[in-house]
Amino acid sequence: MSETYARGATPPRQSDQPEVYRPSARQLERERYRARKRRRDGWIAVTCTTVFAVVAGALVVLSPGWQPVKDTFLSGSEFSSSFPKILDGFWLNVQMFLIAEPAILLLGLVVALVRSTHAPGLLPVRLLAVGYVDVFRGTPTLLVVLAVGFGIPALQLQGTPSQPWVLGTIALVLSYGAYVAEVFRAGLNSVHPSQRNAARALGLTEAQAMRFVVLPQAVRNVVPPLLNDFVSLQKDTALVATLGPLEALRQAQIAADSHFNYTPYLGSALLFVAVTVPLARYTDRLATRAAERQFAGVAR
Amino acid sequence: MSETTVDSAPLPPPGATSDPLLRIRGLRKRYGSKTVLNRIDLDVAAHQVVCLIGASGSGKSTLLRCIDLLEEIDDGTIHLGEVELSDPALDADAARRRIGVVFQAYNLFPHLTVLDNITLAPRRVHRKARRDAEAEARELLERFGLADKAAEYPDRLSGGQQQRAAIVRALATEPELLLLDEITSALDPELVGEVLEVVGELKRRGFTIVMATHEMGFARHAADQVCFLEDGVVREHGTAEQIFTDPREPATRRFLARVLDH
Repeated sequence: MSETYARGATPPRQSDQPEVYRPSARQLERERYRARKRRRDGWIAVTCTTVFAVVAGALVVLSPGWQPVKDTFLSGSEFSSSFPKILDGFWLNVQMFLIAEPAILLLGLVVALVRSTHAPGLLPVRLLAVGYVDVFRGTPTLLVVLAVGFGIPALQLQGTPSQPWVLGTIALVLSYGAYVAEVFRAGLNSVHPSQRNAARALGLTEAQAMRFVVLPQAVRNVVPPLLNDFVSLQKDTALVATLGPLEALRQAQIAADSHFNYTPYLGSALLFVAVTVPLARYTDRLATRAAERQFAGVAR
Repeated sequence: MSETTVDSAPLPPPGATSDPLLRIRGLRKRYGSKTVLNRIDLDVAAHQVVCLIGASGSGKSTLLRCIDLLEEIDDGTIHLGEVELSDPALDADAARRRIGVVFQAYNLFPHLTVLDNITLAPRRVHRKARRDAEAEARELLERFGLADKAAEYPDRLSGGQQQRAAIVRALATEPELLLLDEITSALDPELVGEVLEVVGELKRRGFTIVMATHEMGFARHAADQVCFLEDGVVREHGTAEQIFTDPREPATRRFLARVLDH
């Protein structure tokens, strides 16, 4: 600590003797005070957390209905007997997520770009894009899943998919594509118009300015909100359970119904949380880093 | 396009008014009900440096933005060579390729390195091979003392370095006309000099430059013509010598007294 001070911030001195940094008495006192305060803050935090956890735990455990709740929601034997099948089903959730995610990114980006065009010939496509976003952003995802899942097979068209998990994935893509299109559009608007002007002044066409200057910056700006949407997409794959494919929630439902015990739901919940929590933490980190970068730029 | 004709035609000597590179007549620009430029006439001969001076809001920047087609004008004509820039049917992208612009806030692309900032237009607009574009860019960077900054991102550079990089970016497309929009206004005072030196170098190399500036000392010794704007109107127009030593208009005298007396 004192080493860096000595090298970094010392003004040049008249004597040839290299100066050895010695903190003043006032500084030492200040550091002692800060160390005391840190210790005290640490104790307060630990004590409060412990008291809170004990009180909350006691309230639950001492409530009159605790024993039946424990038997129906927290049964160890039910958990271990149902978990393998739920884990099996969860693999389908992961697959739906992995297939839906790139499709959503592509759909959202295309819709956002279409909305940013001005060519008169593209008016019908623009209108279609606006209508799509309005309709699908306003409709509950569960409703879209049901409409696609039961509606498309009912059309009895040749070549339409019939597996429920495929239909469910299509529904998720349609629903989330509308959200992601709006995220991309916000990202495009977040790039300062002077960037586009600078590109145009260099002779780049509208499309080139978009591709080489605006879009790369826009995408960088929207990575955190995009990841946020994907955290909720991951859990919304469970909505496809209503169409019947054997994914995690459906497997849990089956197990729960056969033994009148709700512990399997806990098992599937744990699986969803196990995936979404790391994704959420990663999103937080990216957002913090983006903010730091932005503020560093402003401070310059 | 008529570019070849312009290049092969003999260039008039500096100061000539008969065959100007840039000719503006009766230019008018409004924002809503507010007229920000009114009846602007301006001739710029090839190899001339023209300084636009005037208080903030007098219309200097707007005039430059009109010339580069970043603003639609409300009346008058602008010609670059024999091409009418104010023709609504004009291929604006082709016209802009002949004009280089440097902005007050540099407007470098933050997601690209200095080298990529400079080679973007040569590669994508002028279809040069990456190797050629980069070689030329490095040569320019070398000339303007930025050789070691090629691989850096703009936010790692000082304001003066960023603005010099922005000038190099504008030069890389070999423009016939350079528009400099208050390029030193965002800089710390000690960095203004290095950027103005670059502009002096461009003048010596024979570039045609129209610049809006608050640097009266620079305008006085570097400009062939000085144009004083007030409230969107050219109040006085003459050689640098005449404007600074013998201003005829009371408005010019008032302005110069304000900016020089401190």
